[in-house]
Amino acid sequence: MNPGLEVQIIAILVSLCCSLLGVFLVLKKQAMLSDAISHTILLGIVLGFFVVHNINSFLLIFGAALVGILTVFLTDALTKTRIISSDSAIGIISPLLFSIGLVLISQFASNVHLDMDSVLLGELAFAPFDRLVLFGIDFGAKSIYVMLLILILNITFIIIFYKELKLSTFDQSLAVILGFSPILINYLFMGLVSITAVSAFNAVGSILVISLMVGPPITAYLITEDLKKMLIIAGGIGIVNAVVGFQVASLFDISIAGTISTVTGVVFLMTLLVSPKHGVIMTLINRAKQKRIYILHALLFHLYNHEDTQIESEEASLKTICEHLNWTNKQLDKILNYAQKNGYVIMKDGLIKLTECGRRYTIQEYQSLIESI
Amino acid sequence: MNDKPYAIEIEDLTVAYDIKPVLWDIDIKIPKGVLMAVVGPNGAGKSTLIKAMLGIVKPISGKVLFFNTPLKEYLKKISYVPQKGSVDWDFPTNVLDVVLMGRYGKLGWFKRPTEEDVRIAKEAIKKVGMEDFMDRQISELSGGQQQRVFLARALVQEAEIYLLDEPFQGVDAKTEKEIVNILKELVKAGKTVIVVHHDLQTVKQYFDWVGLIFTRIIAYGPVEDVFTEANIEKTYKSRHNLTLKEPFKC
Amino acid sequence: MLELIFSDYTFRIVALGTILLGIASGLLSSFVTLNKQALVGDALSHAALPGIVLVFMIIKVKNLELLLLGALFFGLIAIGLTNIIKKYSKVKFDSSLALVLSSFFGFGLVLMTIIQKTPTASQAGLNNFIFGQASTMLPHDVYLMLSISILVILLIILFWKELKIFVFNPEFSQALGFNNKYISLLFSGLIVLTVIIGLESVGVILISSLLVSPGVSARQWTNRLSIMVVLSGLFGAISGFFGTIISAISPKMPTGAIIVIVLSVITILSILFGSKRGIIWRQIKNKINNHKIIAYQWLNNSEINSLPIEALQFLTKKNYLAIQNNEYVLTNEGRKLIDYYKEAQE
Repeated sequence: MNPGLEVQIIAILVSLCCSLLGVFLVLKKQAMLSDAISHTILLGIVLGFFVVHNINSFLLIFGAALVGILTVFLTDALTKTRIISSDSAIGIISPLLFSIGLVLISQFASNVHLDMDSVLLGELAFAPFDRLVLFGIDFGAKSIYVMLLILILNITFIIIFYKELKLSTFDQSLAVILGFSPILINYLFMGLVSITAVSAFNAVGSILVISLMVGPPITAYLITEDLKKMLIIAGGIGIVNAVVGFQVASLFDISIAGTISTVTGVVFLMTLLVSPKHGVIMTLINRAKQKRIYILHALLFHLYNHEDTQIESEEASLKTICEHLNWTNKQLDKILNYAQKNGYVIMKDGLIKLTECGRRYTIQEYQSLIESI
Repeated sequence: MNDKPYAIEIEDLTVAYDIKPVLWDIDIKIPKGVLMAVVGPNGAGKSTLIKAMLGIVKPISGKVLFFNTPLKEYLKKISYVPQKGSVDWDFPTNVLDVVLMGRYGKLGWFKRPTEEDVRIAKEAIKKVGMEDFMDRQISELSGGQQQRVFLARALVQEAEIYLLDEPFQGVDAKTEKEIVNILKELVKAGKTVIVVHHDLQTVKQYFDWVGLIFTRIIAYGPVEDVFTEANIEKTYKSRHNLTLKEPFKC
Repeated sequence: MLELIFSDYTFRIVALGTILLGIASGLLSSFVTLNKQALVGDALSHAALPGIVLVFMIIKVKNLELLLLGALFFGLIAIGLTNIIKKYSKVKFDSSLALVLSSFFGFGLVLMTIIQKTPTASQAGLNNFIFGQASTMLPHDVYLMLSISILVILLIILFWKELKIFVFNPEFSQALGFNNKYISLLFSGLIVLTVIIGLESVGVILISSLLVSPGVSARQWTNRLSIMVVLSGLFGAISGFFGTIISAISPKMPTGAIIVIVLSVITILSILFGSKRGIIWRQIKNKINNHKIIAYQWLNNSEINSLPIEALQFLTKKNYLAIQNNEYVLTNEGRKLIDYYKEAQE
């Protein structure tokens, strides 16, 4: 296999692994835990290294997973004292564990190849250098197999515990009542997040891990509210981001991990802009439309309320209505134009008057707005 | 028209959160020196009305005048008691300090409270019966004591108009009576007091004016005229129909 | 060590810089944690990276003022973006922080690989922004840090009242006539300024800790905001000082990491032993309270002399009862206790 293709496959696999777990992470409102874990597993790797003395050992993953779980446990424990909010707890624990990792490296492992840059920032392009060689045959990049394994693990976990995950994500107390243990599920899940993060970050660096765990799920969240669909869409977006990011990066010969996270951010923002349901553009259009209707109604109701009263000349005259409704002349012009064009009102002797049809419309809207029984 | 200006004059006030209308075309004129309850079911827009009067919420249309003066020029003479839940009661501060915050508006930017401010604050604390709790951390207060502190904070604003958002929420019966007495004193001194209120049972007993609202104003005026079975039913059995369609063309 | 402090000019100046940074971020951290924005600093520091690299690509030299200006610019963009996401979608705040953080940082990395490829420019020193290394700072950099720290401290003092009421009760502050938009902008500005001056000495990843831990630690010792803010400034200063000393003695030690570890030790001690809310103190208080309730129930529910002997001994030991003429009688303490709980029950 050519190295480029291998890198692309790794990127896709990592992306899929992270996106799927990320869906639950985001729904549990624990997105920043991915940030915490992706930093603290450095300590796990260092500690693991002290035990096995081999930076490429498979066993390091377990050290990292343990520290990942420790991170979750410590933040939980701090939050449970109820003197610290959960985000403060993350803000205390994550830098602490990371710092201990940094100090340990600087004191005892600086001669070892534990290049901080690649651990943290990741260089996907180097991933294919590490080969899986069995019986003298080269089976391809080791990362491919590792990530494939993790992916299968994640998918299996999600399928087996789908119901439990769903429940403990949406309704913790119901989960407890029904006899599931949300705490157990949570720790299993966080262990998996840590394992995924550490395997992924061997290949792509920790920052990309955060981006992939959060980006595709919240992008999918803009499109659907159905959990199953959200998983599928998040996976799809994860793949697209990985492919686009890698292609762009190879085209310009720049950091692959960095490009994929940038693409992830851009894809989210684009979706936020144009999403048909919740997109900024649609929201703005809808709000403007609604606002125009409100303003129209405000004008029509106002006219209707004061129609044929003694103060009509004061309330409905072109000169004074601005002051009464607290509108600027420009605002009034705009809405008056609209109302005249659509035939709700006509101008008569400097007064704004409802047309017959305008009155009918006003009454209908007034009644439909507030129905009294 | 009346010779004397109204204390509060709300004209054609419409407020919407995003696309959800909350208040529609509200017109109210409140004379000086009344103690008025604003009642209505949950989500009827009672708090929003208070917030719109204070400019915390921006209306789509309409305006509010206080003694014929726009809000901007009159704000310093309005007291506000927000809902209890709007505050983090675990905040590191004590009773005296919270009450002193009521003076901040008069001080303006940068300036620190003076001894005179402290004296006024202490007086208000005494008035609400909290003098033994001056240095008490606010998380250690009961619900009733929290509301007393909020009331004291409003008192030190030395305002003409008092707007209170559910001051009886989570309050014991004794405190409720005492708060009402203080409000009645204020009214006697010529102030105007508007209270968002939940308990229909006590409206007649506590207030002389009432406004029934459900998105629009159902009725308002002196309690004996307005607080009728029919009006109450109309307020509490109203239903929103919030689906706004494209307006049909004429 | 003392020799180092008094003789080495560079050390003194670096130590002064980190101490002031510690004070500024410490003061601010009280407001940040009370306003529940603990993770904003983390997001901002990561988001500032592309700003630094971009400016470096343009000017090709390591001019700290301009680099930090770039960081400031991107930090503000990041705040703006999270606000837009909050306003226009139902995506949770922490999710949007995580996304902005990682994609901005990723973009920074992309820019760094571009620099690496340019043969003329060297990116030496840019890595310091990621991991933080105070000992390599130039005196000029430290002066900049000094002046911005002092600016931050002055602004906090000047706008004390406004920041306090904004964090405590934003609606009320608006009703008093303060414009919350300005206060909020000031607040964000202070956070961004503090983050970017911390970048070089503490690094992107760890600076956030300086905006959380001092505030959390200080809160455990006091119920007064002013004392809390002074304490958190002090904690920040202590950790800045020791971080610099330790990394000066052992040059391999990363300054940022040491500062964070010192700070964390303070935090853990505060959470355990803090005099107002510390876990241990609270447990003792709970125990005393339980004793009081038991004592009250005994005293209130039965005739004193019909109480079991263990109860009588306990009550006497706690000074609620005394023996007079071979009989147990209520002391003033005991009477006070009964009155207190009777009142509380009402």
